[in-house]
Parts: sequence; C-alpha cells; structure tokens
Amino acid sequence: MPVIKVKRPPLATGEKFYLGAVFKGFIITLRHAIDSMRGKTRGAKDLASSGLGATMQFPEQRWDDHMPEYYRGAPALVTDEQGRERCVSCQLCEFICPPKAIKIEPGEIPSDDPWAKVEKRPKEFDIDMTRCIYCGMCEEVCPEQAIYLRKDYLITGGTRAEMIHDKKKLYEIGGVRVGLVNKWNELK
Amino acid sequence: MEILIQLAIILAKVIGLTFLVVLPLVPISVYFERRFSAVIQDRVGPNRVGIPLTLLGMKKDFHFFGLVQPMADGLKLFLKEDFTPVHVRKAFYWLAPALTVIPALVTVCVVPFGSPIEIGGREVELVIANLDVGPLFVFAVSSLAVYGITLAGWSSNSKYPFVGGVRSTAQMISYEIALGLSIIPVLLYYGDLNLSNIVQHQADHGWLLLPFWGHDAENPFIHKLLFLIPALIAFLIFTISIFAETNRMPFDLPECETELVGGYHTEYSSMKFAMFFMGEYAAMVIGSALIVTLFLGGWSVGFGADAWISGLAIGSFKFGGLIHLGVFLAKLVAFILFFILVRWTVPRFRYDQLMRLGWVIFFEAALINVFLAALIVAAPQFTAAITITGGIVLLAVTGALIWVLRVSEPKTLPNQGLLGSN
Repeated sequence: MPVIKVKRPPLATGEKFYLGAVFKGFIITLRHAIDSMRGKTRGAKDLASSGLGATMQFPEQRWDDHMPEYYRGAPALVTDEQGRERCVSCQLCEFICPPKAIKIEPGEIPSDDPWAKVEKRPKEFDIDMTRCIYCGMCEEVCPEQAIYLRKDYLITGGTRAEMIHDKKKLYEIGGVRVGLVNKWNELK
Repeated sequence: MEILIQLAIILAKVIGLTFLVVLPLVPISVYFERRFSAVIQDRVGPNRVGIPLTLLGMKKDFHFFGLVQPMADGLKLFLKEDFTPVHVRKAFYWLAPALTVIPALVTVCVVPFGSPIEIGGREVELVIANLDVGPLFVFAVSSLAVYGITLAGWSSNSKYPFVGGVRSTAQMISYEIALGLSIIPVLLYYGDLNLSNIVQHQADHGWLLLPFWGHDAENPFIHKLLFLIPALIAFLIFTISIFAETNRMPFDLPECETELVGGYHTEYSSMKFAMFFMGEYAAMVIGSALIVTLFLGGWSVGFGADAWISGLAIGSFKFGGLIHLGVFLAKLVAFILFFILVRWTVPRFRYDQLMRLGWVIFFEAALINVFLAALIVAAPQFTAAITITGGIVLLAVTGALIWVLRVSEPKTLPNQGLLGSN
C-alpha cells in the first residue's frame, strides 16, 4: 500500500475548552520562571550562567575559558624564534582582505642586516579594526605563516584612530611563534 | 473652615492616591513586565540601571536590581524628538493620546484603596469619590479609552494604525457586553453598587472566591459555597474581558507588532507615544484593581483579621487603613504578574476567533450565568418546587443554546485535494 491515510484525531470535549491547555501553559512558563530564578535553567551549567536564567553576565564573567579552539579574534603579526619578523610584505593578505582592512607599505631590508636574504619586510602594517570582519582569509593566504587570528575579542577604542592597529600593536598582540617555517634559517 | 479642611482632604486624596499610588504602579508594572518576562524566557532582563554612585566618588554603583530602569526609559522618551508627520490630522492626532490616558486615570477615583483611617477623630476614607455606582462608573469611563485608540488610528492617516484602530473598535464592542453582563451576578450577590461597601462586605463575610469565614444567619456558608459556581464563571469571563479591554496579550490585536508594525501608535513618538504606553498600563492597573475589588476581597486581609487591623491605633491615629492599602497593592501587583504570565503563555487569538469568543461564547455564557446567579440568590425566598422548576428551565435553555451553537458551527470539510474541489 503506497499511501497510508493518517486520520487526524478529533478534539475531545475537554480539549475544545482550551482551559486545560492554558493551565498547562501556565505551569510550563511558571516552571521556567522559578527554575531560572533558582539558577536551575536547563543548560545553565554548561553555559556558565550567572545564576539567573542561562545568561552569562559580561563584565563580571568572561567567556574566555569557554572559547572554542576555532575562535577567530583579532588578527596579529608574529615573529619567529630568532626575533625576525615573519612577514615579508608580499601583500597577499592586503589583496585578499574582503573588506580591505589591511594596508601594507613594503620596505627593503638593508644589505648589512643579518636577514638581508629575506629582502623585504613591512615598513608599515596597518589593520583597520573598524573594517576587519574576522574572516581569517589573511591567515589562510599567508605563505610565511606570519599573520594569525588570535582570541582577543575586546577591541575597543574611543576614536577611529585608536581602532587602527599599527605594526607595533600587531606584534604586541601576536608575540612569538616557534617553528613552522624554516626556509630562512641557516643550514645546520 | 470646615469646608477648607474637607477640600484639603480631598486634594490630598487625589494627589496621594493618583500620583503617589497609581502612577508609580505604572513604571513598576513596566519593570515587572520586563524582568518577569525575562525570567520566564531564561534571560536576565534589565538589572543594571541603578544609582551611579561612582560618579559621586563612591567605590561601587548601587544597582538595586535595575529598579531605576523605568525612570531611565521615561527620561529617554522625554528627551526624544516629538515628531508630528505632515500627513496626519493634527487636532485629533494631538487629542488621541490624552483620550487614552485620562479615562484610565479618572477611573482611579472609585477604587477603594483601604479601610478608612482616622486622624484626630476625623474619618478619612481611602477612596477619592465614594460613588454609589462604582462599577458602572468604571465601565462608562474606561470604555471611552477606545476613542483615543480609534482616533489615533484614523488621524494617523496611514494603513497600519488605521487597521489597528478599526480592530480596537470591533474588539471593544464584542467584549463590552460580556464584560458588563459578567459582573451582574456579583452585583446581585452583594446587592450594592458601592465598591467600598462591596469590599467591606467581603471583609466581613469572606471574599467572593474564598468564602470561608464570617458565616451568619443572613449569609449561611452553604449559600456562599453554592454561589461559588456563578462567581467562578463570572470571574473567568470578567478577567478575560478585562484582558481584551486593556489590549493585553491574547487580545492585543490593535497593536500586534508582528502584523501591524506598532498598531495604532505607529506614527507616534516621544511623550505622545509614552502617553499611550502609560494609558495602557494604567488601564491594566485599574483592571486588576477592579478584579481584586470585586472578586478577591479588595483591601481585606481575610480570615476575620480585618476588624482587628482597622482598630489598630497610635493615640488618636488609626492607621489600619494604611496596612490595608499595602495589602491591596500587594494583591494588585500579584494580579499584574498574572497578566504578564498570561502574556507569555497564551498566543494571540486570530481576529475571527476573538469575535467568535466574544459574541458567541462569552455573551451567552454571561447571560445564562446571570439567571443562574439570580436563581441561587433568590432560592431561600422561594419554595423548593419553584427553584427546581427554575433550574430545569435554565438547563433546557442552556441545552438549547449549546445545540444551536453546534448546529450553526461552520462545517469544516475534509481536505480532498484538487479532485474534491472539482
């Protein structure tokens, strides 16, 4: 039999009055109210609630401990274990950046520098955090693994100028990353 | 001199009861609305706005559970631009907000807030105007509020407000009749239209819905218990009609955000909008005050404790009435919380369902309830035979009504698909 006809059950007399259903609804809403005031909302523990409902209350409570591995926060530049800037200012990130938040001014490395063979490093590296959409394309595209999305999420500023992260600030956020790219190291 | 003192007392009552009791209840109910609905939905709600003591150099702010939030909201509405669109009918557009607030606030004057207090041998009743037509006055005045809504909808000269205004009118005429009819049993029972006397009667002989004390020969317990049946039906119909009257959630069709943007107040801004808001909440306060007064004992504490409380005195100052005032406000807030609970439990009615509920079900139920109550009230004066005959007649009429309702119900044909419609 290809088609099974399911008969919709007719409403019983009690159901037609609706009052029973309304009272059942009162019990459900009241239970939610009481549970959330007692801090026993379903999932309150997993969500680290503040004790009222399932909500974490921000300035007092931070979700830093609950941040997932894949969280994408502020983009930042990193140096390698020898203190060399990883960025070689190839400008790939600048061109891939969908909201055009990255602005790089390439600079030459002088020949007397120990890293002269790298040839280029950024003279200026600005990320406009009012434009950045945290997509992670810059991290994806970087051939030198020089730019990373960190877990910093509190990026605030009183003025637009404060919201532009310059090279110094980016290295400050990024710090050092060891390993990964070894092509510039001396052969051992 | 005497007349001056009388005037001063009246003025003090008007200012004290409207501006210190009822109007503060409006922001308090707004606060409860937001906090309670937040808690129902497992959220926190506004809990931050407090007194910014850090601005004054103290160490910590004083949050006080966000109780200052309604004040901040009010301030915001004051500071907003009061914009009048060019396409409106100015006179009515300006008149409409006032027409919704004023009826709601005028009805305050017949609500008894507490038992009389006595200062220096002078008795002061805690009611602004002790009218002998209390509930009728409330109905007469509070139904004027619909003019404000309708005028707002019409004068805004725009689609959504107009639909909201028309809906409000239709809703009003379908519920006013049930509202009026549903309290006739209650008035039959008390034999009085003065709200103060009604509450006094409940304090002495038990609340209408809780008649467990103060039995005597005139008010036997069995009679009161029997009257619980029509009282409960009346309470149900009256409460639901009050929800419709105050445009609260299951019946908030004139302003449903999901269908009509903002309903009748879509084109309003700043304090004009705030007046609609205030009128709506004041109507809610008055509605629950009326329900508490008629069915739940008004200011009475119950269990025969009222006479003792009324007698409490420091010297010549009998302050029992103030305790009763507190009890009344507690009951009022509890009922407002019930309003909010209903809002987050019962989904909005469809328009035809609402009209059907008002005209077809509540009107008839209230009408039958009147006769049922009359039968119970009159039973002690008649012989058993007459009462039983009356009961049988009433049963027959009820059965006939239900049969007519059943027959007249539109048949819903089973879905037969395209073939069936051919």
